[in-house]
Amino acid sequence: MPKSSLKQTLQDLESKKISIRELNQDYLKRIKEKENLNVFIHFNEENVLKQIDNLEKDNSTKKLKGIPIAIKDLFCTKSMPTTAASKILENFNPTYESFVTQKLLDEGSIFVGKTNLDEFAMGSATNTSFFGNTINPLSKENEPLAPGGSSGGSAAAVAADLCLGATGTDTGGSIRQPASFCGVVGIKPTYGLCSRWGIAAFASSLDQAGVFSHNVEDASILLESIAGFDQRDSTSAKVDIPNYFENLDDDLNGKTVGIPKEYSIDGTPMEISQIWEDAIKVLEKKGVKIKNISLPHTKYALPTYYIIAPAEASSNLARYDGVKYGFRSDEINSLDEMYENTRAQGFGREVKRRILIGTYVLSAGYYDAYYLKAQKVRKLIADDFNKAFKECDFIVTPTAPSAAFPLNEKQNDPIKMYLNDVFTVPASLAGLPGISIPFGKDKNNLPLGIQILGKHFDEQQVFNAAVSLERSYE
Amino acid sequence: MNNLIKGEKHDWEMVIGLEIHAQVKSNSKLFSSSSTKFGSSPNSQVSLVDAAMPGMLPVINKYCVEQAVKTGVGLNAKINNYSVFDRKNYFYADLPQGYQISQYKYPIVGEGKVTIDFKDGTSKDIRIVRLHLEQDAGKSLHDQNPSKTYVDLNRSGVALMEIVSEPDIRTPDEAGMYISKIRSILMYLDTCDGNMQEGSLRADVNISVRKPGYEYGTRCEIKNLNSIKFIKQAINYEAKRQIEILESGGSIEQNTMLFNTSTGKTRPMRNKEEAHDYRYFPDPDLLPLEISEEEIGKIKSSIPELPDELKNKFIETYKLSNYDASVLTAEKQTSDYFNETINSDPELKNYAKIVVNWITSELFSLLNKNNQDLNNSPVSPENLGQLIKLISTNEISGKIAKDVLEDMFSSGKTARQIVDEKGLQQVTDQGEIAKVIDEVIAENPKMVEQYLAGKDKLLGFFVGQAMKLTKGKANPKMLNDILKQKLNKKN
Repeated sequence: MPKSSLKQTLQDLESKKISIRELNQDYLKRIKEKENLNVFIHFNEENVLKQIDNLEKDNSTKKLKGIPIAIKDLFCTKSMPTTAASKILENFNPTYESFVTQKLLDEGSIFVGKTNLDEFAMGSATNTSFFGNTINPLSKENEPLAPGGSSGGSAAAVAADLCLGATGTDTGGSIRQPASFCGVVGIKPTYGLCSRWGIAAFASSLDQAGVFSHNVEDASILLESIAGFDQRDSTSAKVDIPNYFENLDDDLNGKTVGIPKEYSIDGTPMEISQIWEDAIKVLEKKGVKIKNISLPHTKYALPTYYIIAPAEASSNLARYDGVKYGFRSDEINSLDEMYENTRAQGFGREVKRRILIGTYVLSAGYYDAYYLKAQKVRKLIADDFNKAFKECDFIVTPTAPSAAFPLNEKQNDPIKMYLNDVFTVPASLAGLPGISIPFGKDKNNLPLGIQILGKHFDEQQVFNAAVSLERSYE
Repeated sequence: MNNLIKGEKHDWEMVIGLEIHAQVKSNSKLFSSSSTKFGSSPNSQVSLVDAAMPGMLPVINKYCVEQAVKTGVGLNAKINNYSVFDRKNYFYADLPQGYQISQYKYPIVGEGKVTIDFKDGTSKDIRIVRLHLEQDAGKSLHDQNPSKTYVDLNRSGVALMEIVSEPDIRTPDEAGMYISKIRSILMYLDTCDGNMQEGSLRADVNISVRKPGYEYGTRCEIKNLNSIKFIKQAINYEAKRQIEILESGGSIEQNTMLFNTSTGKTRPMRNKEEAHDYRYFPDPDLLPLEISEEEIGKIKSSIPELPDELKNKFIETYKLSNYDASVLTAEKQTSDYFNETINSDPELKNYAKIVVNWITSELFSLLNKNNQDLNNSPVSPENLGQLIKLISTNEISGKIAKDVLEDMFSSGKTARQIVDEKGLQQVTDQGEIAKVIDEVIAENPKMVEQYLAGKDKLLGFFVGQAMKLTKGKANPKMLNDILKQKLNKKN
């Protein structure tokens, strides 16, 4: 069954071919049918119906009026609880709406629910959630697959057609990798394009909101809706947001694509090397100049990321202490015990592992060797890209080193799990925009993703290249 | 001046450095728009940011930055164009974020100095290492419930300036003078209200002792002292404690101490195993703070006259001593009062020293006795000026003027009114004074005899008797002169 796109749906709503209520009831029905996928941490049909009621009374024109959207449960929302997939926030009800979700509400979209994720966005398989695994909708019956992570719930929600778009956050690949695993489009914009205000923080210097959708056009519409300057976030950028959709242009003739040689990694499955080559061929046919580039510090990106992100996380998550809100352990005989037991019982294994790593790399005597060094390498990685972008307009790579893997495969091997981010992390460290689009299948007929990276705040070029590849693939 | 303390075996010198925490005078907090008003009901001034709710982000309050720059200028310090906010990580119930946003490697203000003035006319520079901006924590209330601790976050996130001195201080008195001087500068600049009782200004004291001329000893830090009296007490106690340990062959362990204000003793706050590793790192939620020379210039030009400038001006204009001028300028209200008094009459300029004395001794002691402040003095600068004018023109004597001032203080009347009503004008009529003297001489022949036999000191007796007869109104100089004349004639 072909899924209807957001763009098409907006037209159908406009022409009254379908009503907001009919549209959303269709989605509600599917959400209930697919409960077994465990896509949502919070789903409340009444809440959705109430939103439909309100929109029906609203005569104003809004850009996303009536469009069902799923929200990663890391965005604080007033109308629904926000858990970050952690026991420590199990019953947390924010009194405030995140910048990004407020923008979506202002445009008239309907929030169908809060999607599952890795606890505090730490993971690559949506298997560290306190609320259980999410199952990749593309799984065969007897072999449940991981949807990727951390935004696995949002990617799965789009893939299973439980919404027309979803929000995600990407710190080291948390939008792009699950998009690749679930066969949908996912974009992480330039760091600073979307305000982080109201998103529970994982690693502040890397966290960035983005979107999932069925296709590139839809992604361009959604991203424009959530982007923009916010004075409440000091790292938010004061840039004009173009009308990405109106400006979409699949004519790439005369552009130059950079192909980084460091992304050919031993052990990458054949099929992945193959789709990469296919993509390059398609571009070549479209008159794109192929430029072999070098990003020499790529091999240091993963260790750098796994120092900086945990370091920031260890500090960002200190606020979950049982004092002010959220879970507090019952076993308390002293202030120290309250901290210890609350955090021991409130956080899961992966979160604790990263807090430990982060605490370690910031400790006296280790700071210079780890954190400071990592910051220096981060600068070198960013410089690599700056240099490369003097010679090309965008860069094309695979999104992930594999297709979706079985749910429990890498559960007990964190290093293997961390390797999932190998192609996505460098751009995160450099703050660059990146999109993943489905491009080809592996031998098990599972989708594979191609990643397109652009210059800072050049999301338009990223969309243009993506739409061009997408159209030629279809 | 001897700054040394006598030990059992030899002399010791104290080496003291201060970290002053001054609350920035600002209506809102360092990274949120919550009010900073003191004494509001608990948790009534707490924003989502102050409570560290998930996803909340700090946004720098530019006014607080300006206040810090202003203060830096007032401390003769280098203003850094580039500074960075860091996170200082530790867990405490009244620290909602689990870290304090502070400045570690790159403070907003660098090296500077302040000058303290001694009574003997000498002065000394105390070097400032740095000033940085940071957030205050909330307050843990342990005395509200027998088994629970409550947390009040009103203070959480309020802006503080931490001013760190070099270990240039050598005595408790110098420490007191240094903090008074800093307080004075901050109040002139209006960057801190200087209220030590409310905790707007408090200090950590680093202290070690050494044999004079030797290397610095191991120091201990006494935390959170909020009065000059306690600072001096704590230093004295701690120095004695360290000397006792060293003289009995022990060594000092570097430690953080608390001062018990009721026992006057210091005790270690935590042992080594509990020592914090604050894991400082740049706060990724905030961009580095960049201030242009132009902005600094703008702030500089808005700065009022500071105590040292004013002091020099007073010395030059009114020929005051260094010490008098420094007392006068120690508090803005005093220098303001002096200025208003001396400007109330053009003649008073020539009597500046008298004006200083009347303010800093007579008026201050009346204010102290009545628990009042110069700001709400019942005697206005104009009225004090009028009183001093009456003295300087010999209309009343200094002695009578003291009574007049007391009367002014309690009745609110002007000096003129009181002098006229009570007829207190000095007697300056030569004939009248001579008449009284004749009377006194006639009534005390024995005394006259003794005086003439060489007991010069008896002159005072005659003066006293004559003053009594004139009810203190005789001009003392004329009285003296005529008296001497007449007595000597008897010879």
